[in-house]
Amino acid sequence: MIYRITRRAALAGVASIAMIAAGATSALAEGWKPQKPIEMVIMAGQGGGADRLARLFQSIIQKEGLASMPVLPVNKGGGSGAEALRYLKDNEGDAHKIMATLNSYYTTPLRTDIGVDIEEFQPIARMALDTFVLWVNADSDVQTLDDFVAAVKASGGEWKMGGTGTGQEDSLVTAMLEKEFDIKVTYVPFGGGGDVAKNVVGGHIDSSVNNPSEALGFYQAGKMRPIMAMTPNRLDVFPDTPTATELGHDIVYWMQRSFVAPKGMPAEAVAYYTEMFKNLSQTEEWQTYTREKALMADFLSGDELQAYFLEEREKHAAILADMEGDGAS
Amino acid sequence: MLIADRVIAIAIMALSAYFMWHAIALPIGWNGMTGGPGGGAFPFWLSLIMLLSAGGVLIRSLMQAPSSQHFFDSQMLRSVILVVVALFVTIALIPVLGAYIAIPLFIFWYIKIYGRHGWVLTAALTIGTPVFLFFFFEVTLKILLPKGVTEPLFFPLYAMFF
Amino acid sequence: METLALLADGFATSLSPINLMIVILGVTAGLFIGAMPGLGSVNGVAIVLPLTFIVPPSSAIILLCAIYYGAMYGGAISSILLGIPGASTAVATTFDGRPMAQQGKAGLALIAAAVASFVGGTISVVLFTLFAVPLADLALAFGPAEEFALVLMAFTTFVGLGGDDKLKTIIMICLGLVLSTVGLDLISGQPRLIFGDLPGFYSGVSFLVLAIGVYGIGEILYTIESSRTAPQVTPAKISLRDLGDGIRTMNRMWRTMSLGSFLGFFVGMLPAAGATPAALMAYGIARSTSKDPKSFGKGNIEGVAAPETANNAASTGSLLPMLTLGIPGSPTTALLLGGMVMWGLMPGPMLFIEQPDFVWGLISSLYTANFAAVAINIALIPLFVWALRMPFTVLCAIVMVLCIVGGFAPSQKMHDVWLIAGFGVAGYLLRKADYPLAPLVLALVLGPLMEKSFRQTLISEQGNVLAFIERPLSGTFIAIAALFFVLPLVKYLRKGGRRSVAPAE
Repeated sequence: MIYRITRRAALAGVASIAMIAAGATSALAEGWKPQKPIEMVIMAGQGGGADRLARLFQSIIQKEGLASMPVLPVNKGGGSGAEALRYLKDNEGDAHKIMATLNSYYTTPLRTDIGVDIEEFQPIARMALDTFVLWVNADSDVQTLDDFVAAVKASGGEWKMGGTGTGQEDSLVTAMLEKEFDIKVTYVPFGGGGDVAKNVVGGHIDSSVNNPSEALGFYQAGKMRPIMAMTPNRLDVFPDTPTATELGHDIVYWMQRSFVAPKGMPAEAVAYYTEMFKNLSQTEEWQTYTREKALMADFLSGDELQAYFLEEREKHAAILADMEGDGAS
Repeated sequence: MLIADRVIAIAIMALSAYFMWHAIALPIGWNGMTGGPGGGAFPFWLSLIMLLSAGGVLIRSLMQAPSSQHFFDSQMLRSVILVVVALFVTIALIPVLGAYIAIPLFIFWYIKIYGRHGWVLTAALTIGTPVFLFFFFEVTLKILLPKGVTEPLFFPLYAMFF
Repeated sequence: METLALLADGFATSLSPINLMIVILGVTAGLFIGAMPGLGSVNGVAIVLPLTFIVPPSSAIILLCAIYYGAMYGGAISSILLGIPGASTAVATTFDGRPMAQQGKAGLALIAAAVASFVGGTISVVLFTLFAVPLADLALAFGPAEEFALVLMAFTTFVGLGGDDKLKTIIMICLGLVLSTVGLDLISGQPRLIFGDLPGFYSGVSFLVLAIGVYGIGEILYTIESSRTAPQVTPAKISLRDLGDGIRTMNRMWRTMSLGSFLGFFVGMLPAAGATPAALMAYGIARSTSKDPKSFGKGNIEGVAAPETANNAASTGSLLPMLTLGIPGSPTTALLLGGMVMWGLMPGPMLFIEQPDFVWGLISSLYTANFAAVAINIALIPLFVWALRMPFTVLCAIVMVLCIVGGFAPSQKMHDVWLIAGFGVAGYLLRKADYPLAPLVLALVLGPLMEKSFRQTLISEQGNVLAFIERPLSGTFIAIAALFFVLPLVKYLRKGGRRSVAPAE
């Protein structure tokens, strides 16, 4: 039925396009609206932390009716997000594509030459900063940071630190720890944060730098022990865990959860999405979630966000240079 | 039959060599310090086994007596090639004309011209398939298919169903 | 006894009229999604996840479980009717399901799959009800070394037994394993085999793409070439008597089905392993312990029953680490986990204590979903069988369109559609030249897990290869794997027959 309308009455179709186009222009005056479903590209595979968060956003948007068209998540996690970055680059000017980012937004273009300059992308909104905590198994003798450093040194390099893939956030945090405390660990890469936490609890690795949300369940069951939070202030969910800053070490590392758009997205569309995420950040669901999962809900948009991205890229370039300088693989 | 067997074996050998050439971009050796094989080791050595085995198949077929059996039935080969070409053309057209033009064209060709079925069946399938695809994939599953130049035609449909 | 009381409370929730409606709707939707080549439970669950906010969490999880179960049942439909596994878990079902359909026994095969799925689902839900909490510790005992040993075991129970050309089997295994390394190397974080920097290869070669290519397009091309000389598919018929026959036949297979259920449940429970190795192992064991192993792969009904019990049992098993540990064993359970987090539930060891209503509501809904799935599935079998009676050219056209769209849908990349077409032509040629295709597909499924766990173990053990044997659990698995490898060899040597054993990797 519908098919016949579009196909047979081609002329009528063309006429209707003209009308829609006219309608769209008049709509512009009142503010831009998406004309088709919005594609939310996720820089990670299905089921990981980034994916879950992106789908949470999708659900809240849908539940609260924050967008006039559905938001459809698409995973393009290949090559640590290289696939997603290239895809965004190839869709210049598209007003119906946004991308959920994590720190591989900086590290992937820095580590491999994929012909993408993130400066060209259009920043939309930073929703949150995720935190990192140093964890050990609850049965371990390690109670404090000093115990940890001593235990790693005593192991002669055989201390097993688990984390996500080499070159991703966990390995950077590990490199920062190694440098700060002059220690050497064996870094074991796993597919995802949940997998890492499970291996800590199962005793297959000695420690991890999981995000709180990944290890919270085990922590509440008394199976994992937080040693140190890599944040400036103590986290509400772990009030007794000291921060690195408190202990006199300058280790602060965040995982940013932001949205960006392709280069050349019309300004009205950028405004629309920024507004959408601003409304999202004020919803009850989001605020509860960030509180429970120890996320810092720190909304940022526009030029400030771009400045933040570029500053972070510099920082990551320095950390990566350090890592490679050490000959760590 | 034997000739085809040899050609395929040689093609596999070439493919293995090509894989090996790409695999050596990463270390292929055993490094005790970083715990075992490098990133290129698995693809490299497995491709080597593949290369040697395909070589074995080739040598074996060279030693066999020629058989009269043909690899392809020459009459049927024509239809296979036709279908393959139609398939490739359809796929090439999808990003340009959109799935909702390319796929009906393919169905029309397959049912009417290749399959020589009647007009009623052809029309039913040529119209029914895209309608089904739209409602099943786009409306129900929220998976958008490529539309190419036909994209603007779908704006009113999106407005109606989403 | 406390368990039973809690379960009764759960049933009170899941049997309310509105929830029953949800189950029926969810199962039917899941069945059709699962029956579509390329789409599986992940797609179904991902789509309805946001919708679940309009209903209370207990009803929402029932909807999700119903879709999950429905899709697991549906996966067998595409495997049997079209010979295209809709998901990696359904690969083993094609081996005997497809030949049965070609012999005109599609109805019987579908009944067998439905009944087997029901048995597997039911046994595993009972195991789940009774032992969920204590079993969680077993899942934790699995580190990378054990994972490797398990996958190796799955591989040897399966490969190494075929009667195909030895050299060609080796080539296909290697090709599958090499294809599985395409994309990002997790350990070094470097891209590899991306063939001149094609972004499409960054995420590797997906199992679905290869399976749809060789089993979908490749099979059609092969049939086109042979079809005009000999009609290839015997028209299938189905009647009520067949149903009775089917169930009676199944009644003789309790050994296979209970084995498949236990195996499926325990292997499915292990995060990262999941339903695919379980189904393959169940098939391999059913074949090697059968009185008539030669009939497998030629339409033996046990070859349908074994993997179908196992993969359904495994899908229940994989809920266990998700609920008790908060670790998803598969993409689908990862999405379910995401859903629970959105409802403010915290999966993990505390869930059973803090949210018993939810947990037992979920478990009881597994029972109802399972019943609904088997009933709806059997009711729809005539429809599916009728679809097979279409003229061959019509069926071909429709299946090819489904291959194109189904290949595009999961990743939404034209790159994958091109790969499907390429694999289709390659698969057709290889098949004509007597290269076995099953080892190729299996190697691609198991390869990534094998390489990753192998290298993770070596890294944490400072390159000590003996670590695999020294750890008790993995040592046991390696020993079993070795046994499976040697056993058929010994059998053939004793018979003095033709050696048709292909060495596994």
